[in-house]
Amino acid sequence: MLGRTLREVSVALKQGQVTPTELCQRCLSLIKKTKFLNAYITVSEEVALKQAEEAEKRYKKGHSLGDLDGIPIAVKDNFSTSGIETTCASNMLKGYVPPYNATVVQKLLDQGALLMGKTNLDEFAMGSGSTDGIFGPVKNPWSYSKQYREKRKQNSHSENEDSNWLITGGSSGGSAAAVSAFTCFAALGSDTGGSTRNPAAHCGVVGLKPSYGLVSRHGLIPLVNSMDVPGILTRCVDDAATVLGILAGHDSKDSTTIQDPVRPFTLPSLTDVSKLCIGIPKEYLTPELSSEVHSLWSKAANLFESEGAKVIEVSLPHTSYSIVCYHVLCTSEVASNMARFDGLEYGHRCDSNVSTEAMYAATRREGFNDVVRGRILSGNFFLLKENYENYFVKAQKVRRLIANDFVNVFNSGVDVLLTPTTLSEAVPYTEFIKEDNRTRSAQDDIFTQAVNMAGLPAVSVPMALSTQGLPIGLQFIGRAFCDQQLLTVAKWFEKQVQFPVIQLQELMDDCSSVFENEKLASVSLK
Amino acid sequence: MAAPMLWWCCPGRRFAFARVGCGSWHRRGPPTGSTSTGKRGQSSVAQQPHITAQKPRKGDREWAAVVGLEIHAQIASNSKLFSGSQVHFAAPPNSLVSFFDASLPGTLPVLNRRCVEAAVMTGLALDCHINRKSLFDRKHYFYADLPAGYQITQQRLPIAVNGSLAYSVSVGRKPSQMVTRTVRVKQIQLEQDSGKSLHDDLRSQTLIDLNRAGIGLLEVVLEPDMSCGEEAATAVRELQLILQALGTSQANMADYEIQRQINELENGGEILNETRSFDYKLGCTVPMRDKEGKQDYRFMPEPNLPPLLLYDSGSLPSGADPQQVINIDRLRERLPELPRVTRERLVRQYGMLPEHSCALLNEVGLLEFFQNVIKETRAEPKKVTSWVLNTFLGFLKQQNLAVSESPVTPSALAELLDLLDRKAISSSAAKQVFEELWRNEGKTPAQIVAEKKLELLQDPEALEQLCRSTLEAHPHVVMDLKRGNPRAINKLIGLVRKATLGRADPTAIKEVLERQLSS
Repeated sequence: MLGRTLREVSVALKQGQVTPTELCQRCLSLIKKTKFLNAYITVSEEVALKQAEEAEKRYKKGHSLGDLDGIPIAVKDNFSTSGIETTCASNMLKGYVPPYNATVVQKLLDQGALLMGKTNLDEFAMGSGSTDGIFGPVKNPWSYSKQYREKRKQNSHSENEDSNWLITGGSSGGSAAAVSAFTCFAALGSDTGGSTRNPAAHCGVVGLKPSYGLVSRHGLIPLVNSMDVPGILTRCVDDAATVLGILAGHDSKDSTTIQDPVRPFTLPSLTDVSKLCIGIPKEYLTPELSSEVHSLWSKAANLFESEGAKVIEVSLPHTSYSIVCYHVLCTSEVASNMARFDGLEYGHRCDSNVSTEAMYAATRREGFNDVVRGRILSGNFFLLKENYENYFVKAQKVRRLIANDFVNVFNSGVDVLLTPTTLSEAVPYTEFIKEDNRTRSAQDDIFTQAVNMAGLPAVSVPMALSTQGLPIGLQFIGRAFCDQQLLTVAKWFEKQVQFPVIQLQELMDDCSSVFENEKLASVSLK
Repeated sequence: MAAPMLWWCCPGRRFAFARVGCGSWHRRGPPTGSTSTGKRGQSSVAQQPHITAQKPRKGDREWAAVVGLEIHAQIASNSKLFSGSQVHFAAPPNSLVSFFDASLPGTLPVLNRRCVEAAVMTGLALDCHINRKSLFDRKHYFYADLPAGYQITQQRLPIAVNGSLAYSVSVGRKPSQMVTRTVRVKQIQLEQDSGKSLHDDLRSQTLIDLNRAGIGLLEVVLEPDMSCGEEAATAVRELQLILQALGTSQANMADYEIQRQINELENGGEILNETRSFDYKLGCTVPMRDKEGKQDYRFMPEPNLPPLLLYDSGSLPSGADPQQVINIDRLRERLPELPRVTRERLVRQYGMLPEHSCALLNEVGLLEFFQNVIKETRAEPKKVTSWVLNTFLGFLKQQNLAVSESPVTPSALAELLDLLDRKAISSSAAKQVFEELWRNEGKTPAQIVAEKKLELLQDPEALEQLCRSTLEAHPHVVMDLKRGNPRAINKLIGLVRKATLGRADPTAIKEVLERQLSS
C-alpha cells in the first residue's frame, strides 16, 4: 500500500481498501524503521493520528474532503506549522513553535492531509546536499536500495558499505528521502535555486518548482524572497499536479501571488507530441556534466524527436553568469532576511546581557552556522552604499538578462526546455563534504538556478538508473504560469521512460508488515 | 485528443509577464540615499528639522539660515501599514501586535489601502506629482524596537514628489500684515513606524512595546526653503492643518512635540553650519547620525511587495476590481476644502481680518463651532468672530479644554448673541450670561437672563426715574460736572447702571442724564 502513488492510495481510501488510520500507522512505523535516513527532524505522530481519526470519520460518513483526505504528507522544516516546532535545521530556531500555519500547509490540512512530520534540510535551506543542518545529514534511501547494492557488489568489494551512503541532494533532501522511502505520499520542499529539483533527481522522485507567484510563500521562512517557491515532491507527475492544484492560487497574505483564480486540474494523457517544440539549451552542455547524464539527456531528446516532436538547439547566452549573479542577490536578501533573528522576539537568545549589541552578536554567532554567517557577511557587503551599484544593481540587471534569455527562447516557439537536473547522480557523503558549501552549491545549482531567476516553472522527472544503479533525473522548464502544460509534457515523458521503483525490502528489517501484499517492483508509475 | 490541452495556458500568464517586466527585482535608477532621515530615537511622531547654513559668498558677510524639514505624521487608519493589527492610542503594551509586526519568520507585508489613499490625498493637497508607480525599500539597522531589523520605507521611488506648501507669516509689527510664502515639498513617502523602547536604567533593562511597530507614517520632506524657525514652525502648523482637514492624519498626538519643537525653532537664533537634526529625547539639536556614525542603512528593494501602481480615470484597466486599484481622480474629487481656501473664504464671506481667519483654523473644531453659531444667530459675523475668538476661546484656554470639551454649545452662544443683537441685554450682561452658561447647569441664556434679571430696562419711565434719583442723591458730582469736569458724566452713568443692575444701555442713560441736567 505504501508503495502506491498518491492517486492510487486515494482511490484505495475511497474504496475502503485501507483506512486513514491504518495508512498513518504504517507510515509512522516506516518512519521509525528508516530513522537512520534522518529524513525527519520532527515526527508529528500524535497530530497525524488525530488527523487520521478525523479523516476516518469523514470516510465513514462518506464526506471525504477530496483526493488528499487521509493521505500522509511531510513538510520541509522551513514551513511554519502551528503548534509544531519549526527549526530550519538551525540552532537559531531550535524550540521555536510557530503560532500559525504556512498557507500551503493550511491548504493541505484543509484537504484532510495527515502531517507526518517536518523534514530535514540544510540550515535555512542554504545548501545543495542536506548535509549542513544542525540535525546532521540526510541519507539517500537509494544507498540502501537493491539496485545500488547489487551494482556496488559487482564493482567494488572491499569498501565499507555503511560508511559510503549517498547524499540526497538539497536543500529539501529530507522531503525527497521521505517520499522516496515511502514514508509519505507527497512532501513540500522549497526551491530557491534548485532545492526541490536537485534532491528529487538524486532520490528518484518527481520534484516540481511551480511558477513564482502561483503558490503562496506566506509562512515559508525565506531564503531569497524574490526566488523562493514552495516545491512539491511526489512519486509521479500526476501526484505533483494534484498537489499543485490544491496549493496554487492567490493568497491575500502574499502580495506576490497571482490574482487570477486557479482551479484544481487533472493532467491530460498526451498521445501525440508532434505539435510540441522541445528546446535544448546548448549552454547546459558543460564540461562538468557526467557522460552518463549527458547520454541520457540526448536519449531523452531523441525520444521526443522519434515520437514526432520538434527538438531544437536553443541558446540561453547569459547562463554562465547565473551563478555569480545568484550569489550577490541571494546573499543580499539573506543578509536582510536574517536581520530579524536577534534573539528578542523568538528563537535562540544567548546568556550574555552586557548590552543589547553584545546580546545580538553572541545570539547570532551561536544561532547561525558558518554558511549562514558567511552569506550574511557577503550580503551586507554587497548592500553597502558604496557597493550597491556595483554589485546589487548589476546583479539585478544580469538577472533581467537571464530572464530575457528564457523569454526569447519561448517567444521563438519553444514550448518546453529539456535539460539535466544535476551534473551527475548522487555522490557519497564522504565525497561530497570534500568541498565547502559555497563551491558545492555553485556547482550543483548550475542547471536549476536560472529558472528561479526567471520565475519559471520547472520539474525534475526521474528517467533511469545510472550504471551504479542510482537515479538520474532530467528537468523540464516551462513558460511562466504554464505549469500545467509543463506537467503534461513531463507526464508523457514519465510514461515513456518507466523509471524503476526503488527496491528497499532487503534493507528494512522486518518489512513484511509494512509491505504486506505489496510487491514494490510491480508498482508502475504511469 | 490531448494536443489542444497542451496549448492551454493559465490565465495568469499575461499578468505574470507584466509582473516580471516591472517586478520587484528589476530596478531602474540608482538609489539616491539622499532622503534617508537617518536617525534613531527621533522617529515617528515629530518633525525633524535639520538646519543648514548657506556658505557665505565672497565679500558677503551676511549669513542666512536655511531650514529644511522632514515631518513624520501618523496616518489616521484603523489598521497598520502592512498588517491587520489595530491602531489605538494608549492600548496596553504589546496588545496590538500581529505576527507580522513581531516579525515572525515567514510573515509577509500586505499593503493597507487606506494608508495609500492618505498618502495620495496628502500629495494632491500639496500639489505633488503622484507617481503612478512607486516602490518600497528596506532600510536596515539593528534596534530593539525594530523587530525585523529593517524598516520598510520608500527610498528610491516615493509615492509623491515635487509639491509645494504655502503658508502665511506676518511681517512687520501688525499681525494683519501677512505675506504668503511657499516651501517646496521634495517628496512624500510611506513608511512603517518602529516600536517603543523604554529604558530602565536602574535595572539596566529595556522594555519593548510593539503596539506602534508597523503603524503607517507619512514622511513629508520639505526643501530647505525656509529662512528661520518661525517660518518653519508656521509651515509645520500649516501642514498639520492640511493633514487634519484631509483626515489623513490627526496630527495631534504629536502636539506636545510639535509645540516644543516650534518653540525650539523660534528661540533658536544660532546658525549652525552643519546638518543637524532635532532629537526629541535629548530636547536639542544634534548632528545627524549619518554624518556622525557613518551609519549605512544598506537599502534594498522590498521583495515581498510588488510595485505600487496607481491609476487615473484614463489609465484605469478595464474590468479592474475597484477594491484592487486606486484611482487618483476619485481621490481628487474627495478632497475637502483646504485650510488656505477656507481662510480666504472666511475673509471674503464674513469680512474677517486674515489673522482672525487663521485663529479660527488653528484650534481643532473651532471653525466648525464658529460656523454653527453663525448658522443660528442673527448677530453680525464680526460680533460672532469676536465672541468666539475672545470670550469662548479665552475660557477654553484658561481651563485647557478642547473645543469638543466645551460646556457651551454653539446653539447656546447663538441664542446669547441674539439677545445681545436685539439689545435685550447689555454686553456686560452677556458676559455674565456666558459665565453662567459655562457652569453648565442646563439653563438656556433666556432662562439665565430672566432669573438674574439681566434684561435691559425697556421702560423709559423707570430709567427717567432712576436717573432723577441718582442726580438727586449725588449733588456734588453734579456740581463737579457743572464746574466743567467732563468725566463727571461718566461717573453718573456708572451710578445709574449700578442702580439698574447693569440692565440699561449706557448710551441711553447718557441721553436721559444730559436731558435732565440741561432742563
